[in-house]
Amino acid sequence: MELNFTPDEEAFRAEVRTFLAEKLPRHIVDKVNSGKRLTKQDHEEFHAILNARGWLASHWPEQYGGPGWSVVQRYIFDYESALAGAPRIVPFGVSMLGPVLIKYGTEAQKAHYLPRILDGSDWWCQGYSEPGSGSDLASLRTSAVRDGDAYVVNGQKTWTTLGQHADMIFCLVRTDPKAKKQEGISFLLIDMKSPGIEVRPIITLDGEHEVNEVFFTDVRVPVANLVGEENKGWTYAKYLLTYERTNIAGVGGSIAALDWLRQIAGKQKKSGRPLTEDPFFAARLARIEIDLDNMKTTNLRVLAAAAHGAPAGPESSMLKVRGTEIRQEISSLTRRALGPYAQPFVSEALDAEHNGESIGPDYAAPVAAEYFNNRKLSIFGGSNEIQRTIIAGALGL
Amino acid sequence: MNFEPTDDRRMLGDSLNRYLGDRWGFEAWKRVAASDAGHDPAIWAGLVELGAVGALFTEESGGFAGGAFDIHAVFHALGRNLVVEPFLGTLLAGRVLAAEGGHETMLASMIDGSEIVTAAFYEPQGRYDIADVTTRAVRDGEGWVLDGAKSVVPSLGLAGTVLVSARIDGDATATDGIGLFLVPSDAAGVEIRDYGLIDGGRGGDLTLRGVRLDAGSRVGGAAHAAIEDAVAAGIVALAAEAVGAMGFCRDATLDYLRTRVQFGMPIGKFQALQHRMATLAIEIEQASSAAINAAAALDQPRHARERAISAAKFTIGRVGALVAEESIHLHGGIGMTWELPLPHYAKRLIMIDHMLGDEDHHLGRYIALGAAA
Repeated sequence: MELNFTPDEEAFRAEVRTFLAEKLPRHIVDKVNSGKRLTKQDHEEFHAILNARGWLASHWPEQYGGPGWSVVQRYIFDYESALAGAPRIVPFGVSMLGPVLIKYGTEAQKAHYLPRILDGSDWWCQGYSEPGSGSDLASLRTSAVRDGDAYVVNGQKTWTTLGQHADMIFCLVRTDPKAKKQEGISFLLIDMKSPGIEVRPIITLDGEHEVNEVFFTDVRVPVANLVGEENKGWTYAKYLLTYERTNIAGVGGSIAALDWLRQIAGKQKKSGRPLTEDPFFAARLARIEIDLDNMKTTNLRVLAAAAHGAPAGPESSMLKVRGTEIRQEISSLTRRALGPYAQPFVSEALDAEHNGESIGPDYAAPVAAEYFNNRKLSIFGGSNEIQRTIIAGALGL
Repeated sequence: MNFEPTDDRRMLGDSLNRYLGDRWGFEAWKRVAASDAGHDPAIWAGLVELGAVGALFTEESGGFAGGAFDIHAVFHALGRNLVVEPFLGTLLAGRVLAAEGGHETMLASMIDGSEIVTAAFYEPQGRYDIADVTTRAVRDGEGWVLDGAKSVVPSLGLAGTVLVSARIDGDATATDGIGLFLVPSDAAGVEIRDYGLIDGGRGGDLTLRGVRLDAGSRVGGAAHAAIEDAVAAGIVALAAEAVGAMGFCRDATLDYLRTRVQFGMPIGKFQALQHRMATLAIEIEQASSAAINAAAALDQPRHARERAISAAKFTIGRVGALVAEESIHLHGGIGMTWELPLPHYAKRLIMIDHMLGDEDHHLGRYIALGAAA
């Protein structure tokens, strides 16, 4: 039983902290910490800073430009980044496509796409979900029909996060409509500038444009853009989904969010005293703090097991379910802490350059919108019910 | 980072589990747990011989281990096997005696199993507050006279000696002015009401009427800190015991879900039940983490230690009730029967919440400690 990081890991943590303190731009940290909108340029600036240090693709092997970190180092980096107010790395190219290409891509694909992910030449988005294929992803119907040296793609993808910024999309498409549903799927890389692609915004309940629909009408995609073998795409998609199993709980982000909640609750007053002294609110706050503290240890136990080579089990599903429940509860308490001033909604106030007078406390503007936005956590990435079904399967039910 | 137990602790846990697997099954539990003695001297002797008591104490106090994760290893095995022997009282009393020093003879006979000593820190009006002490200790020449009552003392009927908290000075709930005394259970004026407990084993109410003690019966000085430390160790123990019992409940419930057939298929194929079981499995991992956090904090400075201890006991209470209620429910009618081990583990989990402070007590304490930071 050794609950502490090794001296080397502690030294690494110090190195990460120093780097973040020196290199993370103030204007980005301020936006993250105050719940303001991040622009495409903010994300690109952050990625470029990490890439300059060789830390962007934290889980890629060194030969492809990764830093060669252990799972523990990756956890420390993610954790410290979240605490320092760094944005999340946009995952689509770096975390999702990169590992698939490294494992299943051709040499030409790796040589072309991996450097462009690192240097920001390509912004990637993910083409998985369809209007009729959410949790039942393998029922997807977007078709790709071989025509000479190209596939002709027709169909519709949805919930395409930040697709409005994207240069490229990796898609699951059906190449064999007669095969069993998991067996007729292929993994295609598609240029978003191709004729026949249309991106339409989906405005979410908080008034934000984060996700999109992407329509494909007779889009020609070179056969060279097929990843791996035709009709084997489901295997690659599953690999992508299970790749990152140790950092899915978002403990660092939840600790930062809880810290923000405590600050707000300390400023809000009830009967002339800080809200943190109200027994009902204090009990809610304490419960979630204890849950999070337990989660942190649960996550470290999974991490330690992975570092010692334990085979993957249902842990990532457990971390996803409980981690998202905790984060949602923190969002909910932060909204509750605001009292009546959770109600006003001025969308422009979420822009960093907005300098209108705040309504209510200056920290109030993003809180309720973020609460509503975080309802997505239990839905995406395999809904929490899908995760529970996976856990049950792993338990032998 | 490594969450695996050390080889010594793994071997200790393995040997206890092996011994209990051979010598202590559900039939033995049914015979012993509801008996008048509420304890099996042969099992107690066997566990003592394997070092289950010695592991709770350091070498300098006569044991051979005494670390928080040693306590964790022993009680995990006790929980997994639903043991009803007088371990908790032994830990609570022995921890105080070891910390205060000068009680090597009594500790030695506790560790070799020849003497059972328990601890009476709680009173009927005081609920879970160790400072709410109205039992009085009044000077009587060189000695003391004790009057008062203590509630639901673990293994009271088995104990030859009881470590009793009593107020020497101060208001009824002041942390200052409390002393600890070793009271022989056969002393004049000691009345013991011994009774069975709903989860097996026995407890008792202790009444003290003009009990005269000599000067040497006083243990240490101001006692609140010593009691708090002993209770912290007791919570490390109960948390581990609960996690052991939860592991049994999980395995038994999974086994039932895999084998019970209704509507032509194992009931574990039904999603409504799968999801309840998945939630249980997640929460048991959280409880396991809480128990580790508590053990890791036992040697920390007081404030950090007590916050982690209260966080853990809160978590164990919350998850313990969930595991108990859900595993009975998922078993259906058979889960309601005396003839199945599972519901007795469920009772144990619920009753652990009624010892050393329940979920609400420790949530309130956790909040108060946070505000005092």
